[in-house]
Amino acid sequence: MATIEAVTPRVYAGTPRRGPITRLLEDERWLASFLLMPTIVLLGLFIAYPFVKGVLLAVTDTRVGIPGSFVGLANFEKLWHDDIFRVAVYNTFLYTFVTTVFKLVLGLWLALLLNRHFRGKAFVRAFILLPFIIPTVLSTFAWKWMFDPTFSVINWMLFHLGMITGRINWLGDPDLAIISVMVVNVWRGVPFYAISLLAGLQTISPELHEAAAIDGARAWNRFRYVTWPLLLPVTMVVVLFSVIQTFADFQLVYVLTGGGPANHTHLFATYAYQIGVGTGLLSEGAAVSLAIFPVLLLVVIIQLVYIRRVETV
Amino acid sequence: MAQVTMRSLNKMYDEVHAVKDVNLDIRDKEFVVLVGPSGCGKTTTLRMVAGLESITSGRVLINDKVVNELAPMDRDIAMVFQNYALYPHMSVYDNMAFGLKMRKFDKPEIQKRVREAADVLGIGEYLKRKPRQLSGGQRQRVALGRAIVRHPQVFLFDEPLSNLDAKLRVQMRVELKKLHQRLGTTAIYVTHDQVEAMTLGDRVVVMRDGWVQQVGDPMTLYNEPANRFVAGFIGSPAMNFADVRIAGENGGLWAEGEGIRLKVPAHLDNRVGAYAGKPVTIGIRPEDMRVARDSDPPELNIPAVVEVVERLGSEILLDVAVGSVTMVASVEPISRAKVHEQLQLAINPERLHFFDAETEAAI
Ligand SMILES: Nc1ncnc2c1ncn2[C@@H]1O[C@H](COP(=O)(O)OP(=O)(O)O)[C@@H](O)[C@H]1O
Ligand SMILES: [Mg+2]
Repeated sequence: MATIEAVTPRVYAGTPRRGPITRLLEDERWLASFLLMPTIVLLGLFIAYPFVKGVLLAVTDTRVGIPGSFVGLANFEKLWHDDIFRVAVYNTFLYTFVTTVFKLVLGLWLALLLNRHFRGKAFVRAFILLPFIIPTVLSTFAWKWMFDPTFSVINWMLFHLGMITGRINWLGDPDLAIISVMVVNVWRGVPFYAISLLAGLQTISPELHEAAAIDGARAWNRFRYVTWPLLLPVTMVVVLFSVIQTFADFQLVYVLTGGGPANHTHLFATYAYQIGVGTGLLSEGAAVSLAIFPVLLLVVIIQLVYIRRVETV
Repeated sequence: MAQVTMRSLNKMYDEVHAVKDVNLDIRDKEFVVLVGPSGCGKTTTLRMVAGLESITSGRVLINDKVVNELAPMDRDIAMVFQNYALYPHMSVYDNMAFGLKMRKFDKPEIQKRVREAADVLGIGEYLKRKPRQLSGGQRQRVALGRAIVRHPQVFLFDEPLSNLDAKLRVQMRVELKKLHQRLGTTAIYVTHDQVEAMTLGDRVVVMRDGWVQQVGDPMTLYNEPANRFVAGFIGSPAMNFADVRIAGENGGLWAEGEGIRLKVPAHLDNRVGAYAGKPVTIGIRPEDMRVARDSDPPELNIPAVVEVVERLGSEILLDVAVGSVTMVASVEPISRAKVHEQLQLAINPERLHFFDAETEAAI
């Protein structure tokens, strides 16, 4: 023991003395936790806490101003028999599916066009992003005016083209209303697809297309056998993000229809808001919100597994 | 059977005139190499033949048929790219089979051809792998395989070996040569490496700034360069140049420069005579100089000071100062020349080159 004590100071003799915190941070385990702290705090505060709070709310009968008590799954059972909730579920799936297909097809098409060389390319690229960078609520209000039965510029055009004689009440008819909402969602979502897919396209070496062209592949086959498979990982990530966002969409419907006419255009989020905040039934609103969770979880798992598979092949 | 002909071929990019008035007649089964420094328009020329680049003016003919407007796939050519351009998501087999699939060959035929090519190139055991799982040399072979399975009329190579390490490059060079001898397919090969050009080409096309400088078989380029650029570009170490003035004296012609006084060999009198009193550039290849012996005529010697001695084993390179210019002489490995030593270098008069100082054309 005596020898060890004698040797140790000598080893450190050349290095300046360090404080206890410095020494602690030189241990990787401590340093790692230290560096993770801000992220953990943020995630905990803004994601984990509200989520847990939501789960706790959903199993009580809390209302605004009334603490409430534990009721088990009663809120979910009630939802099960709730016709508006069923419409909202149907709408959400339809809305997500239809808009995702359109956004993907249009976005990919735009991306392919933008990936070519032409004059004013930079300008067009910036221009394409406009729907994406204008605050959604603002642009949605503009759309609301365009759909307004009296002031609708769409009606005006159709009328002057001689295609309609009367006024179309875009947001007043249940079917037209959901279609209108979807149109706006596609309009808003396409830029994200186009720009992300364009970035993906630009990582594909032009030489591959040239090689394929020499190999005898015409445009469609070049897309099918070269572009599409190489773009697939990017596409999956883009679709993943977009599906999650669309599934939980709120602003568009809230501004355009508010869930109407007669609760025909509700999505999960708008319905949860209407019940939870509008009506004050906090616990039931939380239950509606939570009902999305399993679906989103599934989507995320499927796509992450898929992405991992693509990456490791 | 395929000849490739280029007639007054030009390529203008917005600002750059990349290829200028190129005329070439490439014969059936010929291996032609385009060589020149980076940016001289080799790739652009090749890509115009492939159909990957539009032709600004002039014509490309394959078998006497103008192909200017034909899509690459309809020209029946195959191209090997510098970075291989293998399809990263396809197996080696699918990479090689792709061109045949697109051309609707039936499965057994595709299998047979891919097998054959894989065996020739020694990549039979990698057919299931992805390009990512191969070394550079193996990828290069796959790229070659993809080209040969189609049995095209013409092979186009764009610096296919430049991503390989030096040893592998020499090995692949030999294999390419063998492959060509075996297949006999007309080939156009682009490289910036004059050694590759000399060893591979039946004929070599030297380019500079978009212009063709000279077309000829390797030994013609080496022995009779058309101008100073070709003389300096072909051969390693490069030819030595010195500025001199031609003077007539005692019924003979003399090349006189700083530290140099050489008798112009009699067989050149006619051609060099026209330059009497004018400046010209003389060119001497390193191997055409040796340390002078007493028996060497002094009018063909150059006095020099040794600056560096590079012993390469089979030869010794002497970097010497002649007047104010530096020259390289390749001398016998037994030479005992030392740094700072003053010596006389004997010139082989048969192999002296003269260039017009202004136009740089060979005299
Ligand atoms: N796509 C292009 N746009 C504009 N200039 C180009 C393009 N491709 C090549 N160039 C120019 O053309 C000239 C010849 O290029 P290239 O044929 O690639 O030369 P090399 O293959 O001999 O190195 C160069 O000056 C190059 O900068
Ligand atoms: Mg090049």
